[in-house]
Amino acid sequence: MSIIIESDLCTGCGQCLEVCLFDALELVGDKVAVKDGCNLCGACVAVCEYGALSLPEDETPALSRPSHGIWIFAEQRRGRLSPVALELLGEGRRLAEALKIPLAAVLLGHQVRDLVPELMAAGADTVYLVDHPSLAQFLEEPYAAALTALARLHPPEIILAGATYVGRAFIPRVAAVLDTGLTADCTAFDIDPEKNLLLQTRPAFGGNIMATILTPRSYPQMATVRPRVMKKLPPDNGRQGNIIEIDLADLSRPFRSRFLETVSEITETVPLGEAEVIVAGGRGLQEAKQFRLLEELADLLGGAVGATRAAVDAGWISYQHQIGQTGKTVAPKLYIACGISGAAQHLVGMQSSDYIIAINQDPQAPIFQIADLGLVGNVFDILPALIQQIKANR
Amino acid sequence: MKIIVCVKQVPETQDVRLDPVTHNLLREGVKSIINPFDLYALEEGLRIREQQGGTVTVLTMGPPQAEAALREALTYGADQGILLSDRAFAGADTWATAFTLAAAVRKLGGADVIFCGKQAIDGDTAQVGPELAAFLDIPQVAWARKLTFVGPERLQVERLLDHGYDLVEVQLPALITVVKEINEPRLPSFKAKLKAKAATIPVYSLSDLGLTENQVGLKGSFTRVVRVFPPPARGQREILQGAPEELAAALWGRLQQMHLR
Ligand SMILES: Cc1cc2nc3c(=O)[nH]c(=O)nc-3n(C[C@H](O)[C@H](O)[C@H](O)COP(=O)(O)OP(=O)(O)OC[C@H]3O[C@@H](n4cnc5c(N)ncnc54)[C@H](O)[C@@H]3O)c2cc1C
Ligand SMILES: Nc1ncnc2c1ncn2[C@@H]1O[C@H](COP(=O)(O)O)[C@@H](O)[C@H]1O
Repeated sequence: MSIIIESDLCTGCGQCLEVCLFDALELVGDKVAVKDGCNLCGACVAVCEYGALSLPEDETPALSRPSHGIWIFAEQRRGRLSPVALELLGEGRRLAEALKIPLAAVLLGHQVRDLVPELMAAGADTVYLVDHPSLAQFLEEPYAAALTALARLHPPEIILAGATYVGRAFIPRVAAVLDTGLTADCTAFDIDPEKNLLLQTRPAFGGNIMATILTPRSYPQMATVRPRVMKKLPPDNGRQGNIIEIDLADLSRPFRSRFLETVSEITETVPLGEAEVIVAGGRGLQEAKQFRLLEELADLLGGAVGATRAAVDAGWISYQHQIGQTGKTVAPKLYIACGISGAAQHLVGMQSSDYIIAINQDPQAPIFQIADLGLVGNVFDILPALIQQIKANR
Repeated sequence: MKIIVCVKQVPETQDVRLDPVTHNLLREGVKSIINPFDLYALEEGLRIREQQGGTVTVLTMGPPQAEAALREALTYGADQGILLSDRAFAGADTWATAFTLAAAVRKLGGADVIFCGKQAIDGDTAQVGPELAAFLDIPQVAWARKLTFVGPERLQVERLLDHGYDLVEVQLPALITVVKEINEPRLPSFKAKLKAKAATIPVYSLSDLGLTENQVGLKGSFTRVVRVFPPPARGQREILQGAPEELAAALWGRLQQMHLR
């Protein structure tokens, strides 16, 4: 299947060739033709001024909407809710109001009942609780089995989960088995008021392109959501909700994977993915001990330390701190890049930060192209001066 | 040991941009490469073959030109490459991609271990691996950074999670997605390069896989891209030069305006 071309209308202007993400269009004579590789993204349809291009129609009849509202996956570890769970409830409330349907949190774990009030205060009308020893530690199989079974018992219209390592590991298994679509790492949602469908917006190609995605012919509509993008609500301890505890027989069967132990905990007080401020260093820091400067600044600002691959490869800091294409993707409120050139592979991991400050000696460094504030100078002069100022002013 | 590695051919990320004004795609000199993460998946497959014996089959779904990715994989030492290609596969989302890959794995008689990269750098979804495992009904461990055999059919896996690393044990057959920390990929060997050039790459079509049009490609996909657009432009940029103290003061001023705690 591919884009439909009305050759009579095509003027051969070539506009569509320019916008094709997949290089799947060509001009044959003075008419456009489709090559292999058409991904039916519709970019060409939008740009054609002559109405010569269209997407094939979906003949699938509309499904009736399931009645169990919006669900958010309430990720927790060791009895502590992940911040993204509360953010999802904040966004979930907004969507639930727009669609006039209820909002529920799904809490999976062992001995986690204490977390129920926090979820209700954060916006949940209902909490589905599955408390089982098989869920004590995160493993893809039992977590996917539990959420899949729940969604079959009480079919929801939408399921949202954090795009954390946990969410991204097991939610796809649920979507596969439920025969439905899944949109990864969304940064914005809207409702299509005519169809009552969820418009899911996400960055692709490393943040160079944004795409809006629909799940038009199956339920639930599923998405993982980038942490720290959605806003949580101020907790309202007076909010009432109901709790539905579910015993899933399926969880007592043996699973083919099992948890042995936690090998190492990230000891930082603020994990990179949750940090509001990230102070990152690159090859410009020249040696491992200079990362202490960054740690000191990060501490003063209540943030975390990040690094480029060059700094990680040099052995100055561990891989857990690497940001970019082969490291983590982060989007803090403030990103301070110190001695970082701004290679494309680094930028894709941090360019959606709210505010970017770069310190680099080289005025031509590409990092300055995306920095909101660029300081041309030496990190070893500027940072100590800054640290002094902060200390003096507190 | 039967090892299957799933690789995807992708455009080099940094080259793909939309012009913020015209929304035209800026694609000058875009190269197609093997998804960088998949090279780590391939390396791990090769290492396990060296340790345990067996074969490494590289699997990709894509347009005819994706054959190049398979040939490249062969230069690193994979035993064979299989291309899943059919016009009907076009427009597949992760569900339809994983569904098609699962049919191919079955046609190949299954595998003991399937490796996928952590994610592909074009879509950045990280979904195909776990969805493939679900369709094959096999266990999975995502984000692996270290594998150890503890028996012929049991693997211990150290994997990255948000809080640090967990050690889990998984029974084969299983699917593993790898992070780049897991190994250092080798360079192509001269001998393998010669073999790769001469290799025949079987192509499986829709009917070879015994699937119908409604299960694959755009028709089999549950998601639809309805709009693509450039990310919002960044605000006013400001570049300052001067003495370190002045620059530090400017920075400090900016931090105060931001009301960080
Ligand atoms: C497949 C692939 C994946 C990759 N993935 C990643 C990734 O995930 N993350 C990543 O970061 N990189 C990644 N890279 C590497 C990337 O291409 C760059 O090599 C890397 O980001 C460069 O790091 P850097 O900016 O620290 O070093 P450099 O590029 O060497 O830049 C150092 C900068 O510091 C400045 N400087 C030096 N001394 C000082 C001083 N005293 N004061 C101020 N400024 C100073 C210099 O002017 C220079 O601009 C990847 C590469 C490939 C091929
Ligand atoms: N078309 C494809 N053919 C083969 N493997 C793929 C394909 N798409 C994705 N994969 C595998 O799935 C992983 C995750 O891809 P993605 O879900 O697209 O981020 C990749 O690293 C590959 O190992």
